Amino acid sequence: MGPAEAKCWSSLCFARAILARMSSPATVQNRERTAAARASAGQRHPLTVRVTHWLTAIAFVALLVTGCEIIVSHPRFYWGETGTDQMHPLFIIPIPASRDLVPTGYHTVMPDENGWSRYLHFEAAWLLVFTALAYGLYGVFTGHFLRNIIPERGQRNWRALRKVMGRYLHRAPPDAAEAERYNALQRTAYIVVIFVVFPLIIWTGLAMSPSFTGAFPMSVVLLGGRQSARTLHFFLTGALVLFLGVHVTMIALAGFRSRMRAMITGRAATRREGP
Amino acid sequence: MSPLSRRKLITAGIVAGAGIAGLDEAARLAGRYGLIPPDNGGIYGPGETLTYATQRLLTLHSGARTFPRSMISKTPFANEAIPRGKAFERSQAQGFADWRLDVNGMVDRPLSLSLADLRSNFPVSSQITEVACEEGWSYIAEWIGTPLHHVLSAAGLQPKARYVVYYSIDHVMWESVDMGDALHPQTLVTWGMNDGDLPVGFGGPLRLRVPRQLGYKSVKYIIRLTATDDLKKFGKGLGSIDPEYGYAWYAGI
Repeated sequence: MGPAEAKCWSSLCFARAILARMSSPATVQNRERTAAARASAGQRHPLTVRVTHWLTAIAFVALLVTGCEIIVSHPRFYWGETGTDQMHPLFIIPIPASRDLVPTGYHTVMPDENGWSRYLHFEAAWLLVFTALAYGLYGVFTGHFLRNIIPERGQRNWRALRKVMGRYLHRAPPDAAEAERYNALQRTAYIVVIFVVFPLIIWTGLAMSPSFTGAFPMSVVLLGGRQSARTLHFFLTGALVLFLGVHVTMIALAGFRSRMRAMITGRAATRREGP
Repeated sequence: MSPLSRRKLITAGIVAGAGIAGLDEAARLAGRYGLIPPDNGGIYGPGETLTYATQRLLTLHSGARTFPRSMISKTPFANEAIPRGKAFERSQAQGFADWRLDVNGMVDRPLSLSLADLRSNFPVSSQITEVACEEGWSYIAEWIGTPLHHVLSAAGLQPKARYVVYYSIDHVMWESVDMGDALHPQTLVTWGMNDGDLPVGFGGPLRLRVPRQLGYKSVKYIIRLTATDDLKKFGKGLGSIDPEYGYAWYAGI
């Protein structure tokens, strides 16, 4: 066996070990027991979920603020590889720019804050990447994804989603199970954000790095070019801001204080204290 | 809440100790292999160091993307230039006949090259690469010139040199790159653009193109290259003028 085959073999073994670990009856049983014990102790969110949630929140706010600031230097978006002030934009954001050469139609020039914005943008991106790695490993190895994020068996269909949407539209109170567990619609939203939008926004960000795209040209070619990557990065930010709006609204409707307490202290919101 | 057991405390202590020792060792190794940027201090230092170290490990030898001739931008954007100064205007009046590129610092044979020297005594190379500005815009052009590594080897670059510092005639813009970029075949002492002379707006008569980094590393109107092993001796010691204005030294991001 050559070294390449050995490497291949060992990574195959590793993948099989992960799968076996995730699905072995003993592990599943063990996991269910831990989850049950946690629930009966009144714990809603485990420590790792709480810590990674708030680190993600901090990183996201920093990325959003600095990202907006960076756009101010060139509030024009293009499709394809290139784009300059003399080229036709896909769309523009109607704000004054922080550079006087950008034809915005305004006579004012905003202050240039790109220096610290760029430093902080990339530092916050690192925080996001490390937090995502920690959360991803935790989610796979503890069964958090299978238990709390992937829709439950029997709920993986349109009917289940329609049922939840109907309840929301009629403003029906959540049933007993929903107080402890995410419903099918919540799980779907979390899947999209965790496994689609966040990975894509990291990818489109990397696709704007001249050095990274030199080493991995497909990272930008598949997106349709550097300016397409920038435009997609902007749209994905919009998707995350939309998610944040709905997320915070739902928490406010469900009881802001109790939900915040659950995500900060881990204590279940619905548990009654005392006799 | 269960109280922390002694075993947990001891384990946590050992893990924390090992973590600190590991970080210390990582910092030492990173310094030795040139993975620490000059602007590594302050609150943005850790992020900047992670970015630079990762880029150096992943992309040290790869090249910037190149494009087919058909993708050359019809309307390249010259951007604004800070006032070029009296020295530039005097040279421009003579058609840049007296323009000199000095090569000094950690070299065995300091050079002072005219544009004619550069054009006729060194290998010519051209590339079709993208200029991407940190602001967000970008265009593609063909750039013609001499790869920097030919100039450095003609001057007898000393093995101890770790950076090349380069200066604009305006006495404001100065930059530096590490040897990974200085010796990279695409790093180009550029005098031509799109089959003609390099226009003044785009940095003519002489610009250093560093296509693996954002546009601001490609300084216009260069007059001096200085090889060094220590960026602390230049300006405020942050590697270039950019960190003094709050911008990152490494712009390969």
